[in-house]
This record gives sequence, structure tokens and C-alpha cells, in this order.
Amino acid sequence: MITESTIPLFVALPLAGAFLTVLLKKIKGIPDTFGVMVTIGTFVMSIFAVLQLEIGQKVICNVGNWGGFQEVLGKIVGIQLVVDGLTAFMLVVVNFIAFLVAVYSVNYMTRYTEKWQFYSLFLLMLAGMNGVLITGDMFNLFVFVEIASIASYALVAFGTGKRELEASFKYAIMGGIASLLILLGVIFLYSNTGTLNMADMTRILAGGDHPALLYFVFALFLTGFGLKAALVPFHAWLPDAHPSAPAPISAMLSGVLIKALGVYVIVRIFYTVFGFTHEISLVLMTMGAISMGVGALVALRQWDLKRLLAYSSISQVGFIMLGFGIGTPLAILGALFHLFNHSMFKSLLFLDSGAIEYEAHTRDLKEMGGLAKKMPVTNGTTIIGAMSLAGIPPFAGFWSKLIIIVAAVQANHMKLAAWAVLMSIVTIAYVLKAIRFAFLGELKKQFANIT
Amino acid sequence: MDAYLPYLLCLVLFCIGIYAVISKRNIIKIIIGVIIAEYAVNLFLILVSYKAGGRSPIFSQTQEILPEAMVDPLPHALVLTSIVIGLATTAFLIALAVRLYGKYGTFDNSRMRELRG
Repeated sequence: MITESTIPLFVALPLAGAFLTVLLKKIKGIPDTFGVMVTIGTFVMSIFAVLQLEIGQKVICNVGNWGGFQEVLGKIVGIQLVVDGLTAFMLVVVNFIAFLVAVYSVNYMTRYTEKWQFYSLFLLMLAGMNGVLITGDMFNLFVFVEIASIASYALVAFGTGKRELEASFKYAIMGGIASLLILLGVIFLYSNTGTLNMADMTRILAGGDHPALLYFVFALFLTGFGLKAALVPFHAWLPDAHPSAPAPISAMLSGVLIKALGVYVIVRIFYTVFGFTHEISLVLMTMGAISMGVGALVALRQWDLKRLLAYSSISQVGFIMLGFGIGTPLAILGALFHLFNHSMFKSLLFLDSGAIEYEAHTRDLKEMGGLAKKMPVTNGTTIIGAMSLAGIPPFAGFWSKLIIIVAAVQANHMKLAAWAVLMSIVTIAYVLKAIRFAFLGELKKQFANIT
Repeated sequence: MDAYLPYLLCLVLFCIGIYAVISKRNIIKIIIGVIIAEYAVNLFLILVSYKAGGRSPIFSQTQEILPEAMVDPLPHALVLTSIVIGLATTAFLIALAVRLYGKYGTFDNSRMRELRG
């Protein structure tokens, strides 16, 4: 099933879905059908990709096969799409969440007008994210990052209220600067190595010492993709943008977009293209630890439910970066596991917050209370998601955090391990705050007629 | 010295753009800042492919031209893509600015205070 010819479908299917949705918008039910069918298709394909890929195997597709693959001056010119283990794993995460979000949106998005615009933008964003995952070409990576980003700017502004527009403007400006820095980094790399193909680049960079220019490129990429991943010095847009989007899009942005565009690309570039060095490890660990702390501590004093969850995303991405920064096999396993878990429970929590907003018409924790009696299912799923986020033992979030902390101890980073444990405790605090104020306590009068 | 001048221009343009984004209050001026920075990057992309005395990258039947003597054609293709992406971003930002003006009646960034840090 996963062969050369099926790889481009990961991008082509959502793209085709997006355009057909716009074309056939007049027909009733078309946007929903396309949204769900396309995401089901890509999800099934990603499952096949994971099942059929052998360890260490790479499936490479030469796009167009127009002869650019006869090497010109010893370098490949055409664009290659590559599916390897990490890609296949990320494809499953992205497409699974996309499928769930598409199903959830069928009902939720009826609150907004013009559903076809939503599904069209949503599928474009999915196409961009899948493209980022499967591409093996630096400039192509930049193009797909832009496709996903521009679709997400528009989706953040989807409500077209004051808040949404302002958050989207902030996000778009910061994202635009990030894209410029990424493009600048790509140009420097191209002028240095003379190729855009990642495999070629790896080969050329492995040959010589790292010249000073490469450290400049490190900085550019770290800033650019750090902005997309909302690592701490560059996180300012996330707490505005993620809560402003409609709930399914918050789930998509927090659950997978910051990971596909930020974390995955940082890992791909710093691990496979540049080669993992001591300096990179140090920088990633530091940024991870800072994000973890700042995100968790600021989340503690938030009263807006979605804003609290958004800050918690920053903190959890910090955990993931910490795992990748330590860089031992166990730590990478833990980081990937935590990435998977986080995209699951954070999407779940955002969808729950959407359900609460749908019924209670508020996101302010101070105004909620006693919703457990009225919304038992949402209560149950929120508690499951929150316990996993906080790292309470039987849930998956505990095991992934445990693996990262054990890996930190094994790699002799005692202070980092202690810091991670401390931040897990802070996580429990803000998660309990959210549950206590939203679901427990006295039922407020205005919620008496929720059924 | 002359060879470095275009690069210097790139740097200056980029800095002007970033300065406008950071310090200006008017959102139209912020958008213009992004565009200036973007064009500095595009100019830099073209400069990378420049080769003194290079030929246009077209093979000919009648005369023998070595690939080494040609200007690198790849950045020219890339810069087109980059300009189109810039157009999409700019169009989106301007559409947002129009909607923001409709809501607030001003382009002044400091008077838009719905979101708290």
C-alpha cells in the first residue's frame, strides 16, 4: 500500500478536497462529507504506512520524475518525498487528530456561517502539515510550512470578532517574521552546500567541519521554527491565537500544528541534516526546560479555560523538547511517546472546552461551576484528559513523563530531572484548578436549564 | 568593496523592515515593515545565484557552454515561489487590517486592547 506512487496522495487528497469543497459548496452536506472522507482516507493511508514500513526503511518518491534526478554537477535538483519511521509516526498522529476534529466539527461548526470555508481551510492546513512531514527538500519544506501557517492564520480569525482578529493579526505578523527567518536559513544552507535535497545536504555537511556560517543557520532555524513551535522566548502569539480559534481548530493547533511545524522540523533538521552535536543538545534542553517552567507557572494564574490549556501546551512542548534535547535513545522514545500522548489529551481537552462553551456560553472559570451534574460525559472525558496531562499513574501521560525523567537521570542531568518533576507537580495544580472550578462545586443558576 | 554593497543593502532593508514591525503602532505600517523585510530576503536569494560574467542558463545547439559558466537558475525559480507566498501573506494581512478597521475605527495598534498579555 505504501509505495512510491501513494506518497503524494497525503498532500494531494486534502488539496483536492479543499478545492472541491469550494467548487461544490452549493450542494448541501458536501463540506462535511469531504472533510470527513478525506481525513479518513489519509488516516487509513498513514496506518498502512506505519504497518508496512520496516525498521530503517525509507520510501522515496521522485516527484514528476522529469529527469531532474540525473544529477546536475553531482547534485539532485528535483523534489523528493521521503517517508521514514519518524515521518510515518507523525503522519498517524496528525491524520488521526484531523479525522477526529473533522467529525467533531460537523456539529460544532453549525454555530458559524459558511461551513465550506472552514472545511476548505482545514483541509488546506492538513495538506500543508502532511507536506511538511513527507518532504525531503528544504525549500519545499518552507513552502508547506507557509501553506499550513497561512491556513491557520485564517482559521484563528474565523470568528471575526475583535478578539479573533487581533489574535490572528499578532499570529500572522509573528508567523510571517518566522517564515522570513526560515527562508533566510534555507538560502544560507543552499549557498553553503549548493543543494536543497536533505539527504545530499546531510552528506555534504557530514564531510567537513561545521563552519561558522552553520551556527548562524542554527540560530535562524531555531528562532524560526521555535516561533512556530512556541518555545518560550517566542511563545507570545500562542496564548492569544489558540483560545481565539473555534474549539476544533484550537485542538488542531495545539494538538498537532505546533508539533508538525515546530517540533518535528526542529528534530528533522537538527538530528538528520546537521547531525546531533553537544551544543544543539544543550540549547534544546535549555529551551525545553525554560518553556516547561514558564508555561506551567503562567497557566496557574489563568482564569480563561482555553487560555489555561494554551499555556499548558507551551509547558508540554517544553517536556517534548527536553526529551529530544537529552538525545539518548530512551529520551527520544519518551519524547515521541509524550508527543503522541500530548496531541491526544490536549486535543481532547480543547474539544471538551468547546463542548463547555457550546453549552455554558462562557470560558471564564469563575463563572462556571457544578457542570458535572449537567454534563456527565464531558466531565468524564475532561477528567481522563486532565489526569493524563497531570501525569497520574494509570494514564499514558504518566509513563511518557516518567520515561523522559528517567532518561534525564540516566544522562546525568539531575537538575533537569528535578525541574521536570517539580513542573509535573505544578501541572497537577493547574489541572485540578480547572476541574474544580468548571465541574465541581455548586451549580450556578444560569446553567440550570442545560440538558 | 563594491561586491559587498548589494549585501549591505539587503541587511539595511531587512533591519528597516524589522524595525518597523517592532516599533510602529499603525498596523498598516507594520504590514509594510513585513513586506520590506520580505523583499530584502528575496533580494538576497537572487544575489546568491549571481555570478560575475555568468551567462543565462540555456543550453544551445550552436555553441558549447559549460554549466559552470552559467548563472545558477535554481534561486530564480525559488524567488518566484517566495514572492507568491509573500503575496498571499500580504493579502491576508491587509484583509485583516480592513476588518480590524471596521471593528475599531482606527489603525492604531495601542487602542486594540481586547487581549491581555
